[in-house]
Amino acid sequence: MKKIIVTLMAGLLWLLAQPASAALKVLACEPEWGALVQELAGDKASVTSATTALQDAHHIEARPSLIARARNADLVVCTGSELEIGWLPLLLRQSGNERIQPGQPGYLEASQLVPRLEIPKALDRALGDIHPEGNPHIQLDPHNIAKVAQVLGDRLVQLDPANAKAYQTRTAAFLARWDAAIKRWEAEAAPLKGLTMVVYHQNMSYLNAWLGMRAVGSLEPKPGVPPTAAHLAELVGRMQAAPAKVIVYVAYNNPQAAEFLSERTKIPAVMLPFTVGGSDRAQDLFGLFDDTLARLLAVAK
Amino acid sequence: MIKRTLMAAAVAAALAAPGTASAVTDTEMKELREQVQQMKREYEQRIEALEQRLQQAEGRTQKAENAAAAAAGVAAKAEARSASAESAAVQANNHPSSEGAFNPAVSVILNGVYNNLSEDPARFRITGFAPTGGDVAPGKRGFSLGESELALAANVDQNFRGTLIATLQPDDRIGVEEATMQTLGLSHGLTLKAGRFFSSVGYLNEVHAHAWDFTDAPLANKAFLGGQLADDGVQLRWLAPTDSYFELGAEAGRGRSFPGSNRDKNGAGAANLFARLGGDIGTGAAWRLGLSNLRTTAQNRSYTDSNSLGIQVDNSFNGASRLWALDGVLKWAPNGNATETNLKLQGEYFRRNEDGNLTYDTAAVSAAGTRTGTLRSAQSGWYAQGVYQFMPMWRVGYRYDRLNSGSVNLGLVDSGTLSAADLPIYSRYNPTRNTLMFDYSPSEFSRLRLQFADDKSRLDASDKQVFLQYIMSLGAHGAHNF
Repeated sequence: MKKIIVTLMAGLLWLLAQPASAALKVLACEPEWGALVQELAGDKASVTSATTALQDAHHIEARPSLIARARNADLVVCTGSELEIGWLPLLLRQSGNERIQPGQPGYLEASQLVPRLEIPKALDRALGDIHPEGNPHIQLDPHNIAKVAQVLGDRLVQLDPANAKAYQTRTAAFLARWDAAIKRWEAEAAPLKGLTMVVYHQNMSYLNAWLGMRAVGSLEPKPGVPPTAAHLAELVGRMQAAPAKVIVYVAYNNPQAAEFLSERTKIPAVMLPFTVGGSDRAQDLFGLFDDTLARLLAVAK
Repeated sequence: MIKRTLMAAAVAAALAAPGTASAVTDTEMKELREQVQQMKREYEQRIEALEQRLQQAEGRTQKAENAAAAAAGVAAKAEARSASAESAAVQANNHPSSEGAFNPAVSVILNGVYNNLSEDPARFRITGFAPTGGDVAPGKRGFSLGESELALAANVDQNFRGTLIATLQPDDRIGVEEATMQTLGLSHGLTLKAGRFFSSVGYLNEVHAHAWDFTDAPLANKAFLGGQLADDGVQLRWLAPTDSYFELGAEAGRGRSFPGSNRDKNGAGAANLFARLGGDIGTGAAWRLGLSNLRTTAQNRSYTDSNSLGIQVDNSFNGASRLWALDGVLKWAPNGNATETNLKLQGEYFRRNEDGNLTYDTAAVSAAGTRTGTLRSAQSGWYAQGVYQFMPMWRVGYRYDRLNSGSVNLGLVDSGTLSAADLPIYSRYNPTRNTLMFDYSPSEFSRLRLQFADDKSRLDASDKQVFLQYIMSLGAHGAHNF
């Protein structure tokens, strides 16, 4: 027994004595923030994302590997506005890591940096899974990405002053490229103005606000409630009377409901990547918007 | 700009005011003028400072511009960005202040059940295993209210978080299920918890009943932990700074309930050590393995049994109880996206050794009177279960329970003082149970469940059970452990 304890203690000391790796450790809750950190930090940070584009960030569990990553993180970048309410508070509490607690420089909620849309007037769970602080799916407006990038760039400098120069240079360069890209996207997307769509979940609001498009229905009867037969039937009727231009769903949605509606109404259904990694072309933030616009433009014509 | 106009208006008003009040003296006028001048100077300084900062900010964006080919547009955009950042701040700030603003998060769990049981739940026992005194029997036959929970939780300050979970029992008792204070990011992966909490022994013991995948606890948890063990004490956990999940923890408690007992002694009556390991397999699966060792010292841990003549006698145990628990859980979903379909496999193995004295008939109501002899036992039990969500909202689950009464050496029986029939609860028997469950969860806040079980906990009877249950959670959004 004594031997075991001594071995264990020695093991623990060895673990504690492990030198921390030089790179800034960043845990992003969603791939878009992981990609943004990658753009601004390059090889100065090692970035992992808690979710992939094929996962619904509402429904993730505080699984052991995430707890381990939160424990070692220098910075956690999340969407916030209760998108990750089912798992992020647990991760933070179980991490035993003071650097990433809310209020610390190592904790960044992206949605707090942008004006949020659809702040509910009434809070009632009978209205579905609504977010009191407004719609959290902010990443499909590139202006929001730019706002987050500026604050994130400063945060990286604050957390890792030794590499301040690198972060500043990369952030400035990214913003310059990004602003140029926004100009290009806005020009390309001109034909999308006024486009009407049926969404799966209320997660296209920022994209729509940016490009002047409109959601006229959703496959979910209420936010967070999976599509039901009755609701789809009603939607078919509505779309036959006043068809939308496109039905939009995202990489992690089951396409069945969208296909069902598409078959009956002849409205094309389009899968959008929604975040980095959601499609072959959406391998970084630029690709995400290139691909999103290309897919919408293909059906808008 | 707005500030400047405001200030001008203020100055004008201040200057105009003495004019209307003609009674003021020249010296007072002078003083007033000086004050106003001073205010003006202060404001001008502030505005200058603000302008400087703005210029600096602009200067910074100018630098950023150099990198870009299209230089002109960026500064304007930066301004627009800061403007909307401001509006975001305004958005965040538009909640009126109130005394209730710091109220803890409140949530309520409502739970009701309809039980159809072929055997009398009042006579429930697990043959071969000492009764625990816990809430282990199935509920009353027919309709009954389950346990309702009221939970309050909030951060106390920058260092601590407090949680209170009260249970309201259907028989109008109020209990404290959990009442803890816990540190917030103590650093170095350490977390300290104190108060009453579910002990980290095995997997399911820490999970609140409303989050269980079946209506009732596994037989092993009923036999070895009295259903669910919540002790009063302290817990320290340490998360290793490794890439994969490795956690060590220690608990010291009073040992107020089974397998310990309340005792009149300083120090700790229960100690639990646990280690956990976990990780991912690809993007689809995540697992956790745990090992824990709970040591308790019981003092007059009593139970009632009927002796060979059918007389109800009280017996009590004094001694040490050591429990090993090995637990594992594996969760899988296609691409790790659990919304459509997912699978959860879970199992635990318990092994308990008890060493001490058994006192027969403490009240001396039987012919033999009060007798004490040694008790040495080694017993084990396990369960394995799988729950599969085959479509959104719908799940099906199966659980198999098995206990092994193992070896129980009773000094009183070996010496011939009593016959084995005087201590019938220690009959050799291996209880088993098969359980099948379906549940429907219209949202993450509501669940309806139908469960069938064939419960062979009792040597002499097989209890055919049907449970129909609802679990509703109201209020603050809970977050559940893996």
